[in-house]
Amino acid sequence: MSTHFFADTALLTGRSMRHILRSPDTIITTAITPIAIMLMFVYVLGGAIQTGTDNYVTYLLPGILLIAIASGIAYTAFRLFLDLQSGIFERFHSMPIARSSVLWAHVLTSLVANGITLVIIVGVALLMGFRTSADLLAWLAVAGILALFTLALTWLAVIAGLSAKSVDGASGFSYVLIFLPFISSAFVPTDTMPGPVRVFAENQPVTSIVNTIQDLFAGQPVGSDIWIALAWCVGILVIAYVIAMAVYRRKIA
Amino acid sequence: MDIKVTTTERDREPAIRMQSIEKSYKDLHVLRGVDFEVAAGSIFALLGSNGAGKTTIVRMLSTLLKQDAGTASVNGFDVATQPTKVRESISLTGQFAAVDEILTGRENLVLVAKLRHLHDPGRIAEDLLARFDLADAGSRKVSTYSGGMRRRLDIAMSLIGQPKVIFLDEPTTGLDPEGRLEVWQVVKELATRGTTVLLTTQHLEEAEQLADRIAILHQGHIIANGTLAELKQLLPPAQVEYVEKQPSLEEVFLQLVGNDDKNDDKAQTRKDQS
Repeated sequence: MSTHFFADTALLTGRSMRHILRSPDTIITTAITPIAIMLMFVYVLGGAIQTGTDNYVTYLLPGILLIAIASGIAYTAFRLFLDLQSGIFERFHSMPIARSSVLWAHVLTSLVANGITLVIIVGVALLMGFRTSADLLAWLAVAGILALFTLALTWLAVIAGLSAKSVDGASGFSYVLIFLPFISSAFVPTDTMPGPVRVFAENQPVTSIVNTIQDLFAGQPVGSDIWIALAWCVGILVIAYVIAMAVYRRKIA
Repeated sequence: MDIKVTTTERDREPAIRMQSIEKSYKDLHVLRGVDFEVAAGSIFALLGSNGAGKTTIVRMLSTLLKQDAGTASVNGFDVATQPTKVRESISLTGQFAAVDEILTGRENLVLVAKLRHLHDPGRIAEDLLARFDLADAGSRKVSTYSGGMRRRLDIAMSLIGQPKVIFLDEPTTGLDPEGRLEVWQVVKELATRGTTVLLTTQHLEEAEQLADRIAILHQGHIIANGTLAELKQLLPPAQVEYVEKQPSLEEVFLQLVGNDDKNDDKAQTRKDQS
């Protein structure tokens, strides 16, 4: 059974990638909102924000990328929910295939789709004056952290998609995730925030991830932030995966 | 189990067997000891009102749900202990056409053929498109299909890999009379090719038309199980009454819209106009 796991996963990933390519609006929509936020913050509010960098877009980009991922994974929950609704999920599960490939296909699709969105956003940021002294290794590190963050949130999306009762329920959870970067170091340095807000901002996952990516883009040593960031990502990933699989097993005998 | 079971012995044993099957959802005791057997190559209809547990039985036999008690086997394989073997023997056509709306009809068929690791998926898809009157619509997205076309594609997907046993859960729900007749035709063809069919339905006429044996599921038990003639004998002998033979509304409908023409484009045009 597991001998076909990779072949089946590749086939089903091809299927959901086709869904995305036939309705490219999902990728465009997930890219447009973060880009709009980026434009507004850079050209409207940015002049008044003191971050200690030459160019505000360079400071802002990591947080924008995280917002894009948080909104992008909502589509994974949405597509999974539709598969459950339409009965095609049950059809696949009653067939002699590696069953877990049905979930993994959605997870891999999420990684690829979010990857495309992120490339678009970085492209726009470059046009807006984003400059980096990151070398290849730093870029790879940035890509790795973003992929890990996407993977962790995608498994959260799998929980939502599997347990939702309506389309709104499937994707609604992502609003909380989209909001997290606003209370972090993504838009302004945390040291201007009042006590309790600052404590929250400095101890939630987004800040450590944002700081790490900012350092990598600036070509600076990353310090301890990268380990905190990795710990958050891996921690969320493991917990979300375990819960998602438990929900999945309850759904399918 | 005796491992020396030969193919012929396997063929002779019932294609489906349920023994003392029980299933509850929290406080709701849906199945309270269900027993029945379905002979290989026959059509078996499971009748019951909404919520009687027909779908529960189908989901159990297709390894999507575990029973609380009792044993069930399909094609000689236990659904609880040999689910992979069961899945290799069956196909499920659920209550709602489980097709991929965004893919084309052909892509749906190719996907299933590839997932079953069959040789030449493209050829399999072409053959089925032709057999199910979908050749012209094969390159269109399924979201443009009419209800009847979707159901035909759904059943076509279920035939890929020539499974020994096919489950059809309310296959004609939501179809117009022509769509229903098309599905009936397909089911009859399946049985002549030796496939075992278990179908659930609320339409008594459907069971009368198709089934070799009919079982009635009521309050968690099979309360009757037999051929149509046997079930009729459960009631007092028929009295002879003289009734004027009126055409049924269905006969009138089919006469007026021209039942002999099963053209997809016409079906599509009707859908667009409605």
